[in-house]
Amino acid sequence: MTPQADSANAGRGAEPLLETRGLTKAFGPVEVLSDISLAFHAGEVHAIIGENGAGKSTLMKIISGHLEPTRGSLKFDGAPLTLRGPVDAERRGIVLVHQEIMLSPDLSVAENMFLGRELRHGITVDDRTMNARAEEAMRVFGVDVSVTVPVQRLSIARRQLAQIARALAVPHRVVIFDEPTASLTPVETGALLKLIRELKAKGVAVIYISHRLEEVKAIADIVTVLRDGKHVATSPAADLQPVDMARLMVGRDLLALYPPRSPAPTGEPAFVVSGFGAPGFAEGASFAVRPGEILGFSGLVGAGRTELFEALFGLRKGGGEIRLEGATQRWPDARSAMNAGAVYLTEDRKSKGLLLEETVSTNLTLAALDQFQRGPVIDRAKEGQALDQAIRRFDIRIGDKGILAGEMSGGNQQKLLIAKMLLLDPKLVVIDEPTRGVDIGAKQQIYRFIVALAAEGRSVIVISSEMTELIGICHRIVVMRNGRIVGEVEGEAMTEHAIVVMATGVDVPVGEAHK
Amino acid sequence: MTPATHETTIPTRARFEIGAVAPFMALVLICALGALANPRFLSFDNLTNVLARSTFIATIAVGQTLVMTGGGLDLSVGAMAAFVSGLVILFLNSGLIADPTLLIVAAIALSLVAGALCGLFNGLTSTIGRIEPFIVTLGSMGIFRSLLTWLAQGGSITIQNPDVRAAYRQVYFGDVFGVPYPVLVILGVAIVGAFILYSTAFGRHVRAVGSNEDVARYSGISVARVRTITYVLQGLCVAIAVIVYVPRLSSASSTTGLGWELTAITAVVVGGTRLKGGVGHIWGTIAGALILEVIGNIMLLSNVVSEYLIGAVQGAIIIIAMLAQRGLTRGR
Repeated sequence: MTPQADSANAGRGAEPLLETRGLTKAFGPVEVLSDISLAFHAGEVHAIIGENGAGKSTLMKIISGHLEPTRGSLKFDGAPLTLRGPVDAERRGIVLVHQEIMLSPDLSVAENMFLGRELRHGITVDDRTMNARAEEAMRVFGVDVSVTVPVQRLSIARRQLAQIARALAVPHRVVIFDEPTASLTPVETGALLKLIRELKAKGVAVIYISHRLEEVKAIADIVTVLRDGKHVATSPAADLQPVDMARLMVGRDLLALYPPRSPAPTGEPAFVVSGFGAPGFAEGASFAVRPGEILGFSGLVGAGRTELFEALFGLRKGGGEIRLEGATQRWPDARSAMNAGAVYLTEDRKSKGLLLEETVSTNLTLAALDQFQRGPVIDRAKEGQALDQAIRRFDIRIGDKGILAGEMSGGNQQKLLIAKMLLLDPKLVVIDEPTRGVDIGAKQQIYRFIVALAAEGRSVIVISSEMTELIGICHRIVVMRNGRIVGEVEGEAMTEHAIVVMATGVDVPVGEAHK
Repeated sequence: MTPATHETTIPTRARFEIGAVAPFMALVLICALGALANPRFLSFDNLTNVLARSTFIATIAVGQTLVMTGGGLDLSVGAMAAFVSGLVILFLNSGLIADPTLLIVAAIALSLVAGALCGLFNGLTSTIGRIEPFIVTLGSMGIFRSLLTWLAQGGSITIQNPDVRAAYRQVYFGDVFGVPYPVLVILGVAIVGAFILYSTAFGRHVRAVGSNEDVARYSGISVARVRTITYVLQGLCVAIAVIVYVPRLSSASSTTGLGWELTAITAVVVGGTRLKGGVGHIWGTIAGALILEVIGNIMLLSNVVSEYLIGAVQGAIIIIAMLAQRGLTRGR
């Protein structure tokens, strides 16, 4: 334990609820976690931060019984603890809220919440009581969620809340949140932070993993930083600013997160959309982007941003007028948009962007395979060159070119997706949630790539739920609410407050945007 | 952290996929057992006979490999083989062309066109109609089988003209330097199939579509077009199997090709192709088809197990193959 950790722990007096002693995990010869000793106290929010690959998830998997440590031990309630698996951990009140959504899409929120522990009337299930309890559980978030519709009809953010509610339906003393806000917008994030404060007040030990440092600063009592599987620091959140956290995570002073902004271009717009709609999701959308401009699309999850652009690119039903460089476009599918020089990079890398079980090179050339053909045959040498170039240009970090896309980190996957779509040399690039699930180092690089795309004269649209990043890189930000474009901010007027007011239609301070 | 420190030479470590090699190891093992059980097993005549007999399943299974790699399934192949056989024989009996050789060439062309159209029907119905391939081909299986029964009026259709029959017999029973034509057909179909799947952009699109339809769509690949073409290729493979099958018995009846769909799917799965798509092994499929045929042959030669149990043994093989794959790929 580092001196810092000792002093941080010493100040808290009472016996910790959960302790890790010299936890080490090795996969083969590779140590992904080395000698981690931490203490988690009841009624305290302990944030664990670090870049992807820092060992946060491994540590949490050990604490929640999903993995066994190679060395080291756990102590719970003052007694040594050996977990026989996640079910055992849950039985003892150690609950992990997964980052990925693990709900059955065809079952309702209530059915999911009670899956495997259904309430019964004799031999039939007691839906009425389960629905009532599920509704009650969802009410703590202060957002309207129907607990009887199939989960697949809910937005990702609502699903995430349902998943959290399900995890908390069992008695819990330690609750681990693994990137809970990655797909949440300010409203849901606010609701979740409120819930965490309630858990804390009830004496639950909360372990909170997040990439969002402002959020960590706002909610955590204690912050532990991991880097390369090692413990770097533990200190009270009050003593750390987000910049300090970032510096500790990266291990060096982070230059400005956002690259210098180029002046807003003034030419004629290249991409003009008028009165476009995606039935059920968005209507009457009109906007334009100039070459060299970065236009942001902000709004809450469910505002219809992604659906609007999927409809524009022929990926779902929709209609309206599209003009690219003066020519009227009709894009019934993604290929026709690509042929016209427009690409859309999905927010959902893992299930719509990349073939996780294929190699990096197969993924890279998939959308532009006709460039790599000699007659009917794929020219593998040329593919290899393209891969080398992409690795160099986008700093894709892999130790082995035979690696599968699914084995790469979030940041490298995003870089690969950008490289894949740029092989088409598009005039218009739409990037949806460019830094979701991406560590801070890669984030900084991705912002530079986006700015560079605009500098090359391409028209760029960035859709994001992170207002700070839109403000950091965009020239102009369009805000959507309930499927409609409700406003636009530019230059100095681009503030979180201005955007939240437009996105919610309610004038409330940031972070408290829940009812 | 700085991009400049990036290494320019990143190794490409080849992944040793034991699952891809396992079918061949199993085939060698089974052949060794066969040789132990009966020395006659390894005779040239017996081996070429086994190979020739496996032609139908192997050929159809190559098409099925493409369909299944693309995330589809074709249950209609056996019935389609029967239907196309019936059409071919009726054409041969029509005497539209006097010269037997020309007549046979025309019949072969007819077979290919009919097979392709049957496949096109399956493909378009499942893609444009957005119906599960299992259901579509279950339906077309009934349609094709019934059409043949109707064409044969419940009986069988046989090649009438003895000259035509004699000339066409060569296609199944003839050989080049002792290698029977059917064996060359397997080899040819497998080479073309492997070329399509592994070397062409279309083949990669098939894998992409089977691996994840959404990723393919977002990458600008027409999922419907790719899938439909796999069904057409499957139809062509069935047609090739028919071309080799018809001269063997010179007749088709309602029992022609009965159960071939299941045997072909067994061969594909035993060969290591993934049932839910995305991964396809053409040569594995050939090994799978041979394993099934060799085991039947050994059972006939050895008398250890009743040959009536061939179906049970083949059924057991598919289950064992799946268990073995599960075991071999665990931990990934």
